[in-house]
Amino acid sequence: MTAMTNGNAPHPMIKMDQVHKAFGDNRVLRGMDLTIPKGSSMVIIGGSGTGKSVALKSVLGLITPDSGEIYVDGKPAGSGDRDAFLARFGMLFQGGALFDSLPVWQNVAFRLMRGALKRPAHEAREIAIEKLRRVGLKPDVADRLPAELSGGMQKRVGLARAIAAEPEIIFFDEPTTGLDPIMSGVINDLIREIVVEMGATAMTITHDMSSVRAIADNVAMLHDGVIQWTGPVADMDQSGDPYLDQFIHGRAEGPIEAVR
Amino acid sequence: MTPLSLLARLGRSTLAALAMIGRVALFTVSAFTHMLRPPYYPRELALSFLQIGWLSLPVVALTAVFTGGALALQIYAGGARFNAEAVVPQIVAIGMVRELGPVLVGLMIAARVTSSIAAEIATMKVTEQIDALVTLSTNPMQYLVAPRVLAALLTVPVLVGIGDIIGIAGGYTVSVHNLGFNSAAYLKNTVDFLEPLDLISSLVKGAFFGVIAATMGCYYGMQSGRGAQGVGSATKSSVEAAAVLILATNFILTGVFFSL
Ligand SMILES: Nc1ncnc2c1ncn2[C@@H]1O[C@H](COP(=O)(O)OP(=O)(O)O)[C@@H](O)[C@H]1O
Ligand SMILES: [Mg+2]
Repeated sequence: MTAMTNGNAPHPMIKMDQVHKAFGDNRVLRGMDLTIPKGSSMVIIGGSGTGKSVALKSVLGLITPDSGEIYVDGKPAGSGDRDAFLARFGMLFQGGALFDSLPVWQNVAFRLMRGALKRPAHEAREIAIEKLRRVGLKPDVADRLPAELSGGMQKRVGLARAIAAEPEIIFFDEPTTGLDPIMSGVINDLIREIVVEMGATAMTITHDMSSVRAIADNVAMLHDGVIQWTGPVADMDQSGDPYLDQFIHGRAEGPIEAVR
Repeated sequence: MTPLSLLARLGRSTLAALAMIGRVALFTVSAFTHMLRPPYYPRELALSFLQIGWLSLPVVALTAVFTGGALALQIYAGGARFNAEAVVPQIVAIGMVRELGPVLVGLMIAARVTSSIAAEIATMKVTEQIDALVTLSTNPMQYLVAPRVLAALLTVPVLVGIGDIIGIAGGYTVSVHNLGFNSAAYLKNTVDFLEPLDLISSLVKGAFFGVIAATMGCYYGMQSGRGAQGVGSATKSSVEAAAVLILATNFILTGVFFSL
């Protein structure tokens, strides 16, 4: 797949510059640098607990880095109007993070039912059902509560919620974890489609190498708190980087300690 | 342990306690400022009224009726020692309206409402629902905290008023049926004896206790640590803090109303 990066963009959509974050003496990010061009799809890989989710949350301002700079569309994240800032984003959380007191369709349409993007309930519901269909869910789940769905279905509802307001920037935290291979394929295609058709900028975390190949323009591998390797997905197999090679091929032997 | 290190430890825990009081005070102020600012969430407010007010009625009624009944028996037995059995209606009325009504309703609300608010919000925190709210441009202080605190501020005084009446009715029932009081005289004595200040103090205490109960639930819920253990300890701490604060505030308010 060819890189969809927009070469003449004046500035990248997301830029992380020497971001550090520690929780107590657990130093998670130790100078992370990352650049995501506008309209491109970046996939972050790396072992569990290396701080991939922390990196996403830092960009959104849900976690405040200890030091370093984060720029969104050329402006420091956290400057300016917070609502306007967040309105540009959609986020799929690793655990789905559905509101368990609200039926599925109201979860999906949450942003469309209050605040600046508010519209009539029936319209919001129609959009929700359409988004549910796009993630492979039938209209009859719309009125169920999240707790009545399987883990994989909850994940897809979370995905529908993330794309409901058609944001410019979308973060997917492990979108295919817990899905069967066919549904994973559907979700991969959907993410690719969102980037290509809607021109959105996507940042996806995944452990699934087939997802990486299906979704990514660029790949970055997080290890020991820094980006160990980054480049176009086409270069991934000839990187010569022993960390990346070990991860791609899932070997127990290599520079990455299997016991962490 | 040297006296000096003991002093240092005392100093540290005093500072920690003061910092804690400061944080809770700031949180409470923030809950109130977020009530005044749009957007408003009428559905959340209505649900809070239902949860805190309406659904607490049975437990409030039961607590009050048994307490009023027991109070009448005790005052009768105690008063009999110096031929003062006749004061039962007056002392039941004062005891219920000034102290037992507000305190017992406050403590029942701490048990019922504070715990459920803390567990609910802590679970939302642990499952990233609070983060999800933020990314959907919804302020958790406005969406979760303000409606609960406002509903408690308005409904707990009503519950206390109802508790006062039911408590007096409990005392009346026991006095008339078991202790041989004349029904009309009992009611007349009760009504004649109570002053407007008694009722005002009762309702004002109710308002304070309602705010304390809801705020503590929200505060500890929002501060919850990770995992099921985080939820458990948030719930426990919130009820402890609410109960102690309610009793301490009651003492102070009694001083303000009745001995200044
Ligand atoms: N809110 C938090 N408080 C304390 N530690 C955290 C918090 N969030 C993440 N961590 C820690 O940071 C590390 C990275 O977590 P995370 O970003 O979730 O990993 P992953 O790469 O699997 O997404 C883990 O050790 C985790 O325990
Ligand atoms: Mg993660």
